[in-house]
Amino acid sequence: MSVAAVNSKAVDIPARVNPTSVAMAVFAALALLAFATGDSVIPAWMRELPRSWQLGLDSGISSLMKWLVEQANFGLFTFKEMTRAIAAVLNVPLEVATAFLSRGLQEGRGSAAVQLAPPLPWVAVVGIVAALGYRFGGPRLALVAGGCFLYLAVFGQWASAMTTLSSIVVAAPIGIAAGLVCGVAGYRMPLFRRIMTPVLDLMQTVPTFAYLIPILFLFGFGPVAAMIATIIYAAPPMVRVTMAALSAVPREIVEYGTMAGTTPRQMILNVMLPAARPQLLVGVNQVIMLSLNMVIIASMIGAGGLGFDVLTSLRRLDIGRGLEAGVAIVVLAVALDRLSQAYAEGARRREAQGDGRTFLLALAAFVAVTYFVGLFLPFVATYPEAFTLSTAPWWSEAVRWITVNFFDFFDAIKTFLLLNLLLPVKRFMLAQPWPLVVAALAFVGWRLGGVRLAALVAGLALFIVLNGLWEFSMVSVYLCAIGVLFAAMIGIAVGIYAGLNPRAWRIVEPVIDTLQTLPSFVYLIPAVMLFKVGDFTAILAITLYALAPAVRFSAHGIQQVPEMLVEAGTSMGCTRRQILQRIQLPVALPTILLGVNQTVMLALSMLVITALVGTRDLGQQVYIALTKADTGKGLVAGLCVAAIAIIADRLIQAAANRLAAQRSGASHAA
Amino acid sequence: MTNATLVCRDLWKLYGPDPKGFMAQHASRPSEDAIRAAGYVAAVADASIEIERGEIFVIMGLSGSGKSTLVRCMSRLIEPTSGGVLFDGLDLLSVSPADLIELRRHKMGMVFQHFALLPHLSVLDNVAFPLEIRGVGRRERETPAREMIELVGLAGRENYMPHQLSGGQQQRVGIARSLITNPDIWFLDEPFSALDPLIRREMQNEFMRLQDALHKTIAFITHDFDEAVRVGDRIAIMRDGRIVQVGTPEELIIAPADSYVADFTREAPRSKILSARAIMRDAAAGETVTGSIPATAKVCEFAARVDGSEHPVAVADEAGRQIGVVDRRAVMRVLVGAEELA
Repeated sequence: MSVAAVNSKAVDIPARVNPTSVAMAVFAALALLAFATGDSVIPAWMRELPRSWQLGLDSGISSLMKWLVEQANFGLFTFKEMTRAIAAVLNVPLEVATAFLSRGLQEGRGSAAVQLAPPLPWVAVVGIVAALGYRFGGPRLALVAGGCFLYLAVFGQWASAMTTLSSIVVAAPIGIAAGLVCGVAGYRMPLFRRIMTPVLDLMQTVPTFAYLIPILFLFGFGPVAAMIATIIYAAPPMVRVTMAALSAVPREIVEYGTMAGTTPRQMILNVMLPAARPQLLVGVNQVIMLSLNMVIIASMIGAGGLGFDVLTSLRRLDIGRGLEAGVAIVVLAVALDRLSQAYAEGARRREAQGDGRTFLLALAAFVAVTYFVGLFLPFVATYPEAFTLSTAPWWSEAVRWITVNFFDFFDAIKTFLLLNLLLPVKRFMLAQPWPLVVAALAFVGWRLGGVRLAALVAGLALFIVLNGLWEFSMVSVYLCAIGVLFAAMIGIAVGIYAGLNPRAWRIVEPVIDTLQTLPSFVYLIPAVMLFKVGDFTAILAITLYALAPAVRFSAHGIQQVPEMLVEAGTSMGCTRRQILQRIQLPVALPTILLGVNQTVMLALSMLVITALVGTRDLGQQVYIALTKADTGKGLVAGLCVAAIAIIADRLIQAAANRLAAQRSGASHAA
Repeated sequence: MTNATLVCRDLWKLYGPDPKGFMAQHASRPSEDAIRAAGYVAAVADASIEIERGEIFVIMGLSGSGKSTLVRCMSRLIEPTSGGVLFDGLDLLSVSPADLIELRRHKMGMVFQHFALLPHLSVLDNVAFPLEIRGVGRRERETPAREMIELVGLAGRENYMPHQLSGGQQQRVGIARSLITNPDIWFLDEPFSALDPLIRREMQNEFMRLQDALHKTIAFITHDFDEAVRVGDRIAIMRDGRIVQVGTPEELIIAPADSYVADFTREAPRSKILSARAIMRDAAAGETVTGSIPATAKVCEFAARVDGSEHPVAVADEAGRQIGVVDRRAVMRVLVGAEELA
């Protein structure tokens, strides 16, 4: 019926008809038709390919991994021996860091261990952090960073936090060094760069859980495996930053290096890397933050510390404890973020910071003295337990109170949205036969970016189909779509308001800065706290996590509208509303679209994590694979999430580019 | 020719799909039409120059005329498509990468338009950098570096970072740095173009003072004709990758090769460039003259004197013989401009 309506309309005004809109309307009508008819008409193979038609990629990968671990042999040593050697080498710095920060020097293992020397006293660690804060950013930063670590001690999170910190102080430098080396190689060798770029794209879109599985398979369960996962997750941005920073070194500086007679090696080490230092430090900050983001996820394959605390309390639904450990991660993240940012900015300004040697000597003396004193005065070495505060009971009580008093209220919201929005959308998505969706994606891709884009998005969608994960993928799309919808609605509104209103921006900016430093897992806690498990909780967590870029990009988009245009509008007698609708929003639209794109990416990366609260989508598939150590299944499901992410990313970017191109084309013509 | 430090012969730099192949097809002398038809761009076309030892050779042209590309071909920062570059008789284009590094470390210096100081190094370390990469120890390199800093007038600022200096000061560092290796050829790529007019004037004077002491062989790039005539012994004028004319400032003014060159010379300070020899006429039979001036004297130096005398002034060559006379009218022509007087 809808098809007929469209056709008659097309006949009415043939001169104005736009073939693209007609085609889109046809697709929409078919989609509605599929929703209305249900299973009776659409053949089963259009919902999910029968097992015999599928690629069988998952079992292929699994047997490859099995072969690698059990049989692969390089002649001198087997593959397994190689992975063991890598793990052993990486274990050394980790042991040293834990010895200093959390465990002390021990003889023997497990319960039979005898402590030979205690770890650094808490007073010394807080002192070091505060001193670094003072040196990088002055008294304020000293207070913030020292305060954060003091919090960890006072609220009883010290032991776990130091375990986490020791894995980060090892993982982050290795990630930075690896990223730097790959980045330099990518800059020097175009071929390497061409191979590297799609790999990086993939690594940043494949959900973390997916590569936990092969790591688990190759390196076993434990802190080293967790650290390797962290490094793999945190290094890619450093590679990108390094390549971009080296390319951005001014041409004259490179020419100067050549004319001074540098060898290629001197050019990189003495000229380009130092000249690119400020940008490189931004990458360093990112690696640290991403390492922290992995803290909870890595604890699934054996990292202890705060992440493990959060995970176990979430599993036991012990909200109070989980929240405490979660907050501790946030506090640690804030401290490390501020310190590394201040260091990066300091490097940009390069203020004379006094004598570095005196500073280090004074710090070393302080640490030595506290260590020595700590041997005799226990309260210097370990924060006395009697003085720790715990907020856990308070939180648990608060949650209990809320659920007792507001259960009906929250439940009503949840039920209302479930019945009127979530379930219909979910049913609609699941009713779609894959040939229709693939065709629609190909068509949109073709209109937005030509044949290559069409082939890319259709190919990626077919990849999902051929792996027999269509229905799970549609559930993922549904969860993300609604999460993105909420996040975009709230985020764009807040962003536009903050963009128009400098005073509001001053409040909003630090809030979204903080939101972006929080590890994704933390967002699950309040969602589970209030709404228990299920799709709605997952969507809430996705929305919270994905909110920040929508706000930031919208606000930037509005702020970047040239003042001149607003003045022109005012002088023509536009009302404030007209200025917003006719001038500011259209000009800001490409930027806002980029924000939506980021929101989609974040939503997809949150997806797998929400599997913990009982969704039945691709994320759940990855999670199940993780618990069974089924490499093939997990990787394939992960690649499907990546496929969805790449489809969304390329389509949105093509739309934004088209918009921008139309704009500049129009302005050239004028 | 024997005295030339740097010689460029038939130098071409083409951009396009296959420049070398295209040049081979056209026997290394493609016509402008052929270049355009094949979709190539000639950044440098058939450039031949010789820079004599101890002279300041200015390459002047507007932006996009290929002057920067030419100087980069001469220093092999850019590989020319065809042609030859001889540096002290050595074929620069066939030198191995390792030898080129050695050559640059010891015999070439370059100053850049935007200074190109290394942002992470202090003034002292920036100036000492060319020695550092040669493997000279800290103490041995800091002594000459301090001397160079003193020479360019930055003593006392050795420990400043580049961003703490003004543009003019930064370029002084750039100059000190390029001279520390005592190069045989000194490339200056628009060294003063990024500076304010007043500072630019000051730096030009400073540069002339340095050159009086050092007698370097210099390739000096500029887009400013005033600057070219102020500093240059000889000037090559470039347009669309080609060298239109090479000559002393006076030659360019007296006999511009085409209207393009004439456009530059029209506003030039003629009284400071033209000499008595260029504006004198033959003395009429039995003409009375008062006093005499050397043939090389610039108009601005003797204008007042000619103006103050009743009769024309004699012009004498190096041997003291009278070769002509200069009268008020000739001086007026230079000062006011020939068109207005005619």
